[in-house]
Amino acid sequence: MIEGYFNYWVVIILMMMGFYIVISDSNLIKKIIGLNIFQTSVFVLFISMSKVKGGTAPILTDEASVYSNPLPHVLILTAIVVGVSTTALGLALVAKIHRAYGTVDETLIHGQDDIQDET
Amino acid sequence: MLDHLPALQVIIPLISAPVCMLVTRASWAWLLATAVSIASFVMALLLAREVSVHGVLSYHLGGWVPPLGIEYRIDHLSAYVLIIVSATASITMLAARKSIEQEVSREKSGLFYSAYLLCLTGLLGIAATGDAFNIFVFLEISSLSSYALIAMGRDRRALTSAYQYLIMGTIGATFILIGVGLLYMLTGTLNILDLQQKIPGITGSRTLHAAFAFLTAGISLKLALFPLHLWLPNAYAYAPSMITVFLSATATKVSLYLLFRFFFGLFPPEVSFESFHLGRILLPLSIVAILTASFVAIFQDNIKRMLAYSSVAQIGYMTLGISLASKEGSIASMVYLLNHALIKGGLFLAMACIVFRINSVQLEDFAGLGRRMPWTMAAIVLLGLGLIGVPLTAGFISKWYVLSAAIEQGHWLGAVVVVGGSLLAILYIWKIIEQAYFRTPVKVALHTSAIREAPLAMLIPLWVLVAGNFYLGLNTSFSYNFASTAIHAIFP
Repeated sequence: MIEGYFNYWVVIILMMMGFYIVISDSNLIKKIIGLNIFQTSVFVLFISMSKVKGGTAPILTDEASVYSNPLPHVLILTAIVVGVSTTALGLALVAKIHRAYGTVDETLIHGQDDIQDET
Repeated sequence: MLDHLPALQVIIPLISAPVCMLVTRASWAWLLATAVSIASFVMALLLAREVSVHGVLSYHLGGWVPPLGIEYRIDHLSAYVLIIVSATASITMLAARKSIEQEVSREKSGLFYSAYLLCLTGLLGIAATGDAFNIFVFLEISSLSSYALIAMGRDRRALTSAYQYLIMGTIGATFILIGVGLLYMLTGTLNILDLQQKIPGITGSRTLHAAFAFLTAGISLKLALFPLHLWLPNAYAYAPSMITVFLSATATKVSLYLLFRFFFGLFPPEVSFESFHLGRILLPLSIVAILTASFVAIFQDNIKRMLAYSSVAQIGYMTLGISLASKEGSIASMVYLLNHALIKGGLFLAMACIVFRINSVQLEDFAGLGRRMPWTMAAIVLLGLGLIGVPLTAGFISKWYVLSAAIEQGHWLGAVVVVGGSLLAILYIWKIIEQAYFRTPVKVALHTSAIREAPLAMLIPLWVLVAGNFYLGLNTSFSYNFASTAIHAIFP
């Protein structure tokens, strides 16, 4: 059971770890790290499904007749680009938040906003 | 040239975005963005005409034949959404110049307009493409650029709300990606039409259940369906005024289109509603969304936030129409989509006018505005009537359709909620009217005659939307006919 679906177990564990960090941690940078782990698990999911038993890398040669499915790899290349952009934008926002509030901790930021609302 | 319209619709804004970044003068960047928006509106109209004359347009990107190649597929539904998005874009841009000059610093305005064009690209792309993975890519193009746009608001809370939206939006998009991946795993195809034919044969599969669940959760996050709406009120309240106008009328509407495309197209309706009980998930959430969000809106002192909560409630009406799983319900929510884009876009545009003059959207600062800015306030009153759903306005038509669709299906609770939501809307719209017309300003600074009517460049687009609100309230042939043709093509 576990052996046959080893990759998928890893995907689920990574996914839950990342997701948990995103929703539980109050540090904005750690949240982005969690988001990265979460996205990476999806990349692993796609790459795992493209594997064909006994297949080799999808490059045409005379020596091989069975190839792995190249399409998910291509899709994931795009998804990685999206992930990198999200991380870059997220970190840029965190940098600006740090400049504006002097902290990257969510609870402290909300505290400052509440004080601002009352005055 | 005409053959390539489906691709040009998306590619022209995409290519203009980097060009816009290189333009150094703010007014030229604005001119380019406006020209592109209007061009995309013209293309959307041409496409709509092509579709109604020749039927569904299928464009093979790069000449690769689907299902292997990426297909752009324009049917009535896509054309309808393309028109809404590009028309909103044109109106927003025509009104935007002065407001943006005031709210965004000069050296950043080139970047600002290019982010806007990318956002437009993404939204148009979602509507045009017929490929499930392509939808994810366009969704992320539009989302990433809208995070950046929201963060450009002047209040520092714009940053935290953009960050919150980024986290929730990325989770939503990743869920959609997982769903699409699982579907590919099952069927070996990403083409929506191809998936539609293959899915009925595998409804027993547990993987399909998982894919369905991931897609529903992901789209609901992007749609801001209660209780996944937490990102929306802050994002709308603190974004630059014009970006709120644009996003409120397009971003959630395109997500609603996605809900349609996935659960009436990719998954055939009978699979979504009978095998997977989508209606049973959407109906209670819609009802709670209408009631709680309208209720919360009443207690907001920041008017942009109040209208944002009202948007959450209005999304509830649209998903209520969908959850009925009937033709009439779907048509109702399609008509609602257009009418609400018009009304809420107009209301946020009026907020932009007010921010431009008094630099505040706090309720207390509205005192006396009825006399100081008579045209803007009159527009708010008329659009507010539309939001409530008073007869003769577009809002009445859309609520009427949802109401009659609910009664037709015997959903009395839904019908009662539609009416109850309108009553709550009266309360929060009345709060604005009372403050603006029947209170005298308390703050000394606002007493001065320095507050003038908003500039004509902003008032004219605003009144175009007001006129549209009444036109679509009196003449429903465009909205209803287009929506019903679109829905009839999907429903068996």
